[in-house]
Amino acid sequence: MAEILTKSRARNIFYGGSIFFVVIFVLLTVQSHRFIVKTSTAGMELSEAVVLGKHVWERNSCINCHTIHGEGAYFAPEVGNVMTRWDVQDEPEEAYEMLDGWMKSQPSGVEGRRQMPFFDLTEEETRGLAEFLRWADQTDTQGWPPNDAG
Amino acid sequence: MKYQSQKVAYAYFLCALGLFAIQVLGGLLAGWIYVAPNFLSELMPFNVVRMLHTNALVVWLLLGFFGGAYFLLPEESEREIYSVNLAYLQLAILVVGTLGAVVTYVFNLFPGNWMFGMQGREFIEQPTWVKLGILVAALIFLFNVTMTVLAGRKTAISNVLLVGLWLLCLLWVFAFINPNNLSLDKMYWWFVIHLWVEATWELVMAAILAFLLLKLTGVDREVVEKWLYVIVATALFSGILGTGHHFYWIGTPGYWQWIGSIFSTFEVIPFFLMMSFAFVMVWKGRRNHPNKAALLWSLGSSTVAFFGAGVWGFLHTLHGVNFYSHGTQITAAHGHLAFFGAYVALNLAMFAYAIPMLRQKAPYNQVLNMASFWLMTGGMAFMTFVLTFAGTIQTHMQRVLGEDFMSVQEGLSLFYIMRFGSGLAVAIGALLFIYSMLVVRKREVIAPGNLAAAED
Repeated sequence: MAEILTKSRARNIFYGGSIFFVVIFVLLTVQSHRFIVKTSTAGMELSEAVVLGKHVWERNSCINCHTIHGEGAYFAPEVGNVMTRWDVQDEPEEAYEMLDGWMKSQPSGVEGRRQMPFFDLTEEETRGLAEFLRWADQTDTQGWPPNDAG
Repeated sequence: MKYQSQKVAYAYFLCALGLFAIQVLGGLLAGWIYVAPNFLSELMPFNVVRMLHTNALVVWLLLGFFGGAYFLLPEESEREIYSVNLAYLQLAILVVGTLGAVVTYVFNLFPGNWMFGMQGREFIEQPTWVKLGILVAALIFLFNVTMTVLAGRKTAISNVLLVGLWLLCLLWVFAFINPNNLSLDKMYWWFVIHLWVEATWELVMAAILAFLLLKLTGVDREVVEKWLYVIVATALFSGILGTGHHFYWIGTPGYWQWIGSIFSTFEVIPFFLMMSFAFVMVWKGRRNHPNKAALLWSLGSSTVAFFGAGVWGFLHTLHGVNFYSHGTQITAAHGHLAFFGAYVALNLAMFAYAIPMLRQKAPYNQVLNMASFWLMTGGMAFMTFVLTFAGTIQTHMQRVLGEDFMSVQEGLSLFYIMRFGSGLAVAIGALLFIYSMLVVRKREVIAPGNLAAAED
């Protein structure tokens, strides 16, 4: 490497540059935080049911088979747009009934087909989960996914 | 081994190797469930198996880093570790926490409990008490290594290593932050996930690589350390704003598509530099170190990291491409090769270098060790190709043509069978590596050539 780049200069560039990029990153994060709260997720109230549904989603480790907004495991379908795919995004009651019917019919037991476990949820929990999935679906995700298949 | 306290690294490496075995066997099981989906579906569903696979990976890599730090810092600082007892206490906390996490995942004894229940955010599913244990262990570690370095010689290697380890431990705080808003949850979750593997871990990797190359090639320290600062500078300059490539479709603003695309393109540079660094040092180096396996793993790590993290990362990082490929088997292909090259192979390089010294044996079993390198690397490369093909087809069928997820997956079964085969090669390679480390031969299978004895 060139003589002009001494070890101490390289070190100073490392520290100075890193601090510069951290500052920019923090500023953009603050702006993004506001954008999420005020714009991209503001289309539906973050109700108690939605929060309960998020915890149901978490405590059953759903993300280790499914993806939500494309993140998670790739073993089972995307659920960030599942309510749109089922055509119940604007119908809370139908969304609950559809999801409840699905959850209660698992596992399918079909030979050679991926199995979803049975989760013993109360009605309140299943309602919460449906609301959570509707809430996720209404998020402005910059047009992703490309189509309803998720 | 010059310092008695380096011995603690051996305990860390043994625990890491044990978890490594669990990780590859878990991976093998997950791969088999893709082939035969009814297998264990009621007893051990896929999500539990996957948690074991990913969590075991992360914990053993961290144990490897911690052990590696305890091994190299005394040599860099030219003094004993501040407290050996604290190092063992730290390891004990981590082992108890790991066992606790495994029991929680498999038996799910306290569902929904904030302190004892599984938390279910990807990769940080550990119950809160385990997370707190990790935090305490991290603080003990930071105190211990910082006291060691402050009292001794300060080098660029120990400096970069410490900066990386401090930042990664501090970022762990975000594992406790779980906003109710899913999009906020995702944004802060990436502060742990991305800023670990694509920023702070790169610092640790570069420092360990620099240490290994310094020892194995005998190149002048001044040269090695200048390279090191340039590498880590490019890693953080690209990696921090490169976080943007995870902020395309999760509810974050649209400008991340440009920031993420541009800066994550630059993320290839540190990996290219690390690969160049490794090869240039070997060419320049005059020392003919007897531990050829450690050298092979060092060169292999930097090369596979360049392809896995660099090339395969770039493959799907531009937002126009990622719009279609996001969350498909393309991501799985990249994830597997990147982790193997950058962090698994690097840790194994450190083990291959350090364990013979820690056991005070000559580095025997080089042939088995090198065979395990080619088995694992070959298997991983094949797995990456197979998953890339599967992901390309999936992207087209599902994202372009809009066909249903499950029917597309059924069409990919041939690829999943081949992936299981490649995983089998990796698992055999991993077990072979462990065997070659732990079972010592009395003499070499192939007599070594004329070697100039290395001083350490």
